[in-house]
Amino acid sequence: MGSTEQKRQMLLGDEAIALGAVHSGANAAYGYPGTPSTEILETCLGYAKVFPKFRATWCANEKTAYEQALGASLAGHRVLVTMKHVGLNVAADPFMSSALVSINGGFVLVVADDPGMHSSQNEQDSRYFADFARIICLEPSDHQQAYDMTREAFELSEKHKMPVLLRIVTRLAHSRGVVLPRSAHPVNPMSKARNSQSWILLPSNARRQWHERLCSEAKLKAEFENSSFNSLKLNDRDLGVITTGTAKNYYLEVEGALKTKPSHLHIGAYPFPALQIRQLAEHVNKLLILEEGYPYLERLVRGVGPSSHISGRMSGEVPVDGELNADLVRTALGIPIKTGLTASEFKVPGRPPQLCPGCPHIDSYAAMKEALSSFGESIVTADIGCYTLGAMPEYNAIESCVCMGASIGMAKGASESGLRPAIAVIGDSTFFHSGMTALVDAISVNSNMTVVILDNETTGMTGGQSTILPPNRIKNVVLGLGVNPEHVHVLQTHRTKLHENAAVIKREIDYPGLSVIIAVRECIETAKRKKATS
Amino acid sequence: MKCDLIFAGVGGQGVLSVSAAIGTGALNEGLHLKQSEVHGMSQRGGAVTASLRISDSVIHSPLISNGSAELLLSMEPLEALRYLPSLSKNAVVISAMNPVRNIANYPDLEEIYQQIRALPKAVLMDTEQLAREAGSLRCSNIVLVGAASSFLPIKTQSLENAIRELFLRKGDKIVEMNLKAFQLGRTAAKL
Repeated sequence: MGSTEQKRQMLLGDEAIALGAVHSGANAAYGYPGTPSTEILETCLGYAKVFPKFRATWCANEKTAYEQALGASLAGHRVLVTMKHVGLNVAADPFMSSALVSINGGFVLVVADDPGMHSSQNEQDSRYFADFARIICLEPSDHQQAYDMTREAFELSEKHKMPVLLRIVTRLAHSRGVVLPRSAHPVNPMSKARNSQSWILLPSNARRQWHERLCSEAKLKAEFENSSFNSLKLNDRDLGVITTGTAKNYYLEVEGALKTKPSHLHIGAYPFPALQIRQLAEHVNKLLILEEGYPYLERLVRGVGPSSHISGRMSGEVPVDGELNADLVRTALGIPIKTGLTASEFKVPGRPPQLCPGCPHIDSYAAMKEALSSFGESIVTADIGCYTLGAMPEYNAIESCVCMGASIGMAKGASESGLRPAIAVIGDSTFFHSGMTALVDAISVNSNMTVVILDNETTGMTGGQSTILPPNRIKNVVLGLGVNPEHVHVLQTHRTKLHENAAVIKREIDYPGLSVIIAVRECIETAKRKKATS
Repeated sequence: MKCDLIFAGVGGQGVLSVSAAIGTGALNEGLHLKQSEVHGMSQRGGAVTASLRISDSVIHSPLISNGSAELLLSMEPLEALRYLPSLSKNAVVISAMNPVRNIANYPDLEEIYQQIRALPKAVLMDTEQLAREAGSLRCSNIVLVGAASSFLPIKTQSLENAIRELFLRKGDKIVEMNLKAFQLGRTAAKL
């Protein structure tokens, strides 16, 4: 594949995965933007312009992305599907059942976890999902491995006829390191899965597929004992360290400061190598387990037996939550931490993220606040996107943020419990992602609530990807679903229209049924970018 | 040889480009490097940081440990003070003087300058004026790369080549402007 090959490149972890997929002969990549996974598909979109046999597509949400990828695999093509960790919750339905089909074209799911919650509402660990579905999980520790494991994941997927989950974390996704690519695998021709019974998960087929999956597990575990991504070095007999994924980097960073070199087992491929863990445990007096994310392995290794010789996140030597770093590993190993410079007595005030100057959401929130000012207690439920920053003290405009699309259902529930006025605030991309079905519920009983769709004509927080449909279609979608046209309004949101927009919102809050306000103005960042490139 | 660098600024200032320019320069010299960036929510007008580790041997952690960074480059004076615990006792701090006052409790600017000047090795510079002199406010970040160049284990020429590489697609004029910004920054940063 021409210039992408065999040249040392400085890549983001996300970019290394995209390159690995293209070099694996993947025909397609699907996904929904979400930090820290976004740049995987962004990079794929770039490759799709250069390589005519490769296509990359943003989808309405992670579930639809996953299903499209399944279709590509059914057709015999190798396919990548990308999402952030909470996106896998949205795609959990096809994900869990896809573990039962006989994967045809190699199917690789990349999930980017966000330990430390840099840009997320939780820090769930996707290794549990792989375990839950009983599929293979690979966890790269560095950029080269992000590339290599992507390639290996396609091979394993076709060999074992199952989806393979590639689990990465923010620090790999969003750090750059050197990658040396290898020559590309040819693209699979289209070749429909021959045994369609293995794709029709009727109970009779599903029982057979599941049983076969479980029966072959012992063989898979034996194979993974010898995976080149797991490595055991028996040294010191006192301390053994187990690292998984990127935790290895922080351990190797500090290992040299120890007087004796601990024994070390690194795990990058799951099902985890139980025999090697046992071998290490028998070789040493005590174990330290270092994992980025939940103490997934630590919990399994502890079991219910006596485990006072095991330290990790569960026993407090490593913090129970948040992201790892070398200093936390130093502390766990009893190595002193250096102190840096300090500014005497001077307190540096925080600078949290905020809505950009000129952001249309600022004007929409101002109009909403004015409209709500004549009411007593009210509830404003919100959603995931830049507009969640309306929670900052200077706006105090929203009162909830839980998951994609939650605003509309939560407003309905609150309204039905008597908490009114109830207003749901949701962005255009989030509305297409998960808002429409909740709106259908509200339409079905003409809920007494107002939905405000903040249409900035882009997916802003993740860098300005195009909304899946041109946003000017939102009004027709809302009308088509059945909201009373008299209570659907498209407003140009702007500070010069503050009072008139507030009056419309107030009128609709007063109306004791369902109303939808679509507040339109292009994202200031997207507009700037368009201007710069035109 | 090992050199840990921290880049600081406010979302939208081009902090990642500073890191990219120096990283590309190091890559061109065949050095090992790892670079860590912040994307997503924090980029919206909030404090933004990136780090770059350069070495002639393998680097494991993409993150810099406490008290270890040798150089801090800040696009904004208040942000220069945010990451002091990561700096070694001999660290060089190069900061723009030009404030971004997007928080209500922004401290007195003179006091910020005093705090920076009190650090063991600090350079405060008017990056905006130098960028304007080079041709556009937009190359403030490359002024900072120039200012850092005397303190980096990377040849000036490698850094200039990196700038050429980064701005290649934007045309010769933009390349020349950024090379000028680099030179102005380099000359201005004297300890």
